[in-house]
Amino acid sequence: MTDEMTEPAIDLATFDELKETAGADFIMELVDTFLAEAPLMLDGLRSAFAARDADVFRRTAHSLKSNSNTFGAHALGAMARELELTGIAPVAEANGKPLESLAQEYARVAAALTDLRGA
Amino acid sequence: MRETAHGAARLLVVDDNKVNRLLLTRSLELQGHSVASAENGRVALEMLRRESFDLVLLDMEMPEMDGFQVLGEMVNDLQLRELPVIVTSSLEGIESVVRCIELGAEDYLSKPVNPVLLKARIGASLEKKRLRDQQKEWMRRFATREVAQDLQQSGFSLGGKRVHGAVMFSDIRGFTALVETQPPEETIELLNTYYTLMFDAIGSHGGVVTLMAGDGLMAIFGAPLPLPDPCANAVRTALEMIETMDLFNLERVAANKPQIKIGVGIASGEMVAGYAGTNERATYTCIGDTVNLASRLEAHTKVAERTILIDGATRAALHERVTVELLGPVAIRGKAAPVEVFSVNLGQKV
Repeated sequence: MTDEMTEPAIDLATFDELKETAGADFIMELVDTFLAEAPLMLDGLRSAFAARDADVFRRTAHSLKSNSNTFGAHALGAMARELELTGIAPVAEANGKPLESLAQEYARVAAALTDLRGA
Repeated sequence: MRETAHGAARLLVVDDNKVNRLLLTRSLELQGHSVASAENGRVALEMLRRESFDLVLLDMEMPEMDGFQVLGEMVNDLQLRELPVIVTSSLEGIESVVRCIELGAEDYLSKPVNPVLLKARIGASLEKKRLRDQQKEWMRRFATREVAQDLQQSGFSLGGKRVHGAVMFSDIRGFTALVETQPPEETIELLNTYYTLMFDAIGSHGGVVTLMAGDGLMAIFGAPLPLPDPCANAVRTALEMIETMDLFNLERVAANKPQIKIGVGIASGEMVAGYAGTNERATYTCIGDTVNLASRLEAHTKVAERTILIDGATRAALHERVTVELLGPVAIRGKAAPVEVFSVNLGQKV
């Protein structure tokens, strides 16, 4: 956890590459879409966890992983990947704690992306 | 391929995730392609069946209908099975990738998709599709739809099977003399027009042209796909061919050109149909007594001075549905005993 907190939320090299290939205007639209969609994914993970719906849980974690890596949010991506691979059981054992950590990391990512978006 | 510009194509992006969908669409548009998108497999299949695309970029993890199901449906759909699919996913585990390829996916790109790799893979896929389309076009031009379909469905293998059907031979009367009196370009143009008209008549009655030689052609009714009433189809075709030639001749007379007369012979029964030749070059054809008889009957039209001649089996299959003139037993080369030959009265509806 300490490692993830010291690591930047967004890897700038990845983000800049994305910006270059997709275009500066388009990247804003893409960031806005992610900032709108990601909270829904976090909600989706929580409700899939509550309903013990393994399929939706895995798929939502997969989607979040994929988007995180696209923007260079590697820590968030790694956490989402862990959830995708291990599923609901370890989250239940830890009383839902991994989902809270995920939400905290996302908050860091969202703040960084909002800054980058303005830049 | 419905190309908009050189190298540009119409692509379908299938992904349930909006960020992925937007990003991929954007990257492809920047490469000059025209792009549509679908948010799950079910919507994608609906679009694929409704519109024409050159390539699909398919995500695997999707609600409602995932990528594996889409690939499975596409393999079983004759219209879609050859459409190239590039899987774009961040699936965990090599076995998922293997499964995609086994289900017919052409390539696999992991997400986030590298734009350079994306461009290269799409270029390769489209080029392969272009070659396949070209091959299909050649096959369509030189074989026929039925034969092409049969090949696509059951694959190519030399060897035949016994079928029941009708065989038709036809040629242009006095063609050799005609060739000598007109410039070669005119002959080729005449042949092209003639073949277009005859192919149209034959194809519209379920026949398949298996042989073209000079001004002659051979067609089969009842193979490779069986027909319920092959004799009727063959006779209807012959009557339509004659009607068409009558119309064509009106134009020729108006243009001060000699009329074109054709002769048609039809025989029916059992024959062996299949691909004959070598593995490099083969044609779909029919062999057997029935085929020989049809060829002899066509040759006999000149002697008998009739336009359409049919054998007893064809006559029997049609009963009173066709009015004919009995030409009596005719000695046919290759037949020990004389055979009954019937001339079909022209201008009737069968």
